[in-house]
Amino acid sequence: MTMQKTSFYAILLAIIVAAPFLFPDFTTQLATLWLFIIVAMTWDMTGGQMGYNSLGNIFFYGTGMYVAAVIAIGLVYDVGEYTGASGGGRYDFTNEQYIIGFILGTLGAGVFCALSAFVLGYVLFGLRGPYFAIGTLGTAIAAGELVSNWDWVGGGQGITLPVYGGDYDQTKLFIYFAFAVVGVILFIFLKWLYGTRFGAAINAIRDDEEKAEAMGLRTLRYKLWTWAMSAFFVGMVGGISAFQLISFEPLESAYQTINLGIFMVVCVLLGGKGTLWGPIIGAIMFQVFKEVTWNYFLGWQWVALGALIVITVVYFQDGLMGWLQQKKPEWFGIRIDQKEAASEAAK
Amino acid sequence: MSIIDVSSVSKSYGGVKANSDISITVEKGGITGLIGPNGSGKTTLFNSIVGYHPIDSGSIKFEGQEISRMQVPEIARLGLLRTFQQTRIYGEMNCVENMLISLPHRKMTFWENFQPNSKQDHEKAERLLEFVGLYEKRFLRSGSLSFGQQKLLEFAMALMNEPTVLLLDEPTAGINPTLINGLIERLKRANSEFGITLFIIEHNMRVIMNMADQIYCLAHGELLAAGSADEIQNDQSVIDAYLGAH
Repeated sequence: MTMQKTSFYAILLAIIVAAPFLFPDFTTQLATLWLFIIVAMTWDMTGGQMGYNSLGNIFFYGTGMYVAAVIAIGLVYDVGEYTGASGGGRYDFTNEQYIIGFILGTLGAGVFCALSAFVLGYVLFGLRGPYFAIGTLGTAIAAGELVSNWDWVGGGQGITLPVYGGDYDQTKLFIYFAFAVVGVILFIFLKWLYGTRFGAAINAIRDDEEKAEAMGLRTLRYKLWTWAMSAFFVGMVGGISAFQLISFEPLESAYQTINLGIFMVVCVLLGGKGTLWGPIIGAIMFQVFKEVTWNYFLGWQWVALGALIVITVVYFQDGLMGWLQQKKPEWFGIRIDQKEAASEAAK
Repeated sequence: MSIIDVSSVSKSYGGVKANSDISITVEKGGITGLIGPNGSGKTTLFNSIVGYHPIDSGSIKFEGQEISRMQVPEIARLGLLRTFQQTRIYGEMNCVENMLISLPHRKMTFWENFQPNSKQDHEKAERLLEFVGLYEKRFLRSGSLSFGQQKLLEFAMALMNEPTVLLLDEPTAGINPTLINGLIERLKRANSEFGITLFIIEHNMRVIMNMADQIYCLAHGELLAAGSADEIQNDQSVIDAYLGAH
């Protein structure tokens, strides 16, 4: 069993490493796939495992982009002057400055977003159910509007990042592996986290928060930490996205509530909420569906996407994993265990 | 020695006086019963004790500490736990997971939360599931269990939490009559073997008369009578309250 698992993960890792070399034309799409997998997995931390459906996780993505950009630029130049010139001045970055800016910017984005999750969560976790969803959505929309009026970070025009001096294909590979590393770390982290008492505690909050309180769980603390961990990873991939896009603006690319903000939820619903693999499988299904419809049914892609959401919500509410769990419960360890002879005496 | 001291507690919902001027004590290590007709204010009193709502006046002490202004989780962390009349379990998890999450978090540091459950934790969970007779069903989704089984699971979860005092709101309601004797015996064992003080709301007179050392009877939000099972059974005002004398 362990042998099987080890080889399974080894093969998986080999595929992850080989993919951009086997399909060099699709490196950018594969990087985007990683982005979807990561935002879906982090969305599931609160939405699937803890029962708090956030529609505002895109806030951490957008904020991550800006924080990474400000750090990368601010390490070398004055940010206000840089954005004020809006491409007019001459600002060079050496490759070394780019790499340092990339690493510090991405990590800084993660840390900043985790901290903001603590602050926002303190206010928003007073809301339950649909009110939490609307509250978080409002936060993300408001943040986008505020940032688009903030000239220091480029206002509505957005911001342009340094570009790596080397080969363009090399940059694409670099971005792919940056996403992949974060994704693999996130997977290992969640696999561990869901096996701890902390993981059980957030499941308890999902199933019956009032009961969890009555049993003495420190529910607010668990909720804040979960959202902060989720925000850390979303902030990091936001940062990486900023370097991938090079130039981005606040409403359509950073705080894109109706695109990525909704896509991450759809990915999780497709794959199955509250499971480790559900969001990953869902993100792959979604990305394939999206690429196919955008390429072959252009003009109808939004209709197709809407139909997909409706079909999922109406017929497959538990997603692929939930459907499998109903069909094959024994795969998930759901079984009646016959009492051993020894315990018969206890009757 | 008393462990819970309720003195002159009143609670109204708008114009309805759910509890007025109620004083009771729960003896440490004993089994105390609370009876009364429907709507007499039993659950309101329970909710007041565990902190679900603020009381209008009076005082509630647990182990000498005033708890009437504290919130539910704080009181639970002191070791004063309750089960619900409408059973509440974590429906998406299986029985073992339900048990493991009920480990007393008040006895853990924050970092201990990030450890997996130990072998002892699993053994304890299985022992208690066996104690309530759910061992065979331990890997089933708890939401798929029958109401009576969920009730037993909730009881086992409460034991897992190692409470000092356990408040049980109608533990035998909805349980198959043939299983009730087994439940009475388990409640008694929880009291004698695990040393948990029990405070029980119960409608089934046979059950409560069988177990409780001290019984309080409420009617119309007021304390009607207090005493041993024999005294309560022969109290004319209690009989009147149940049969509706004028």
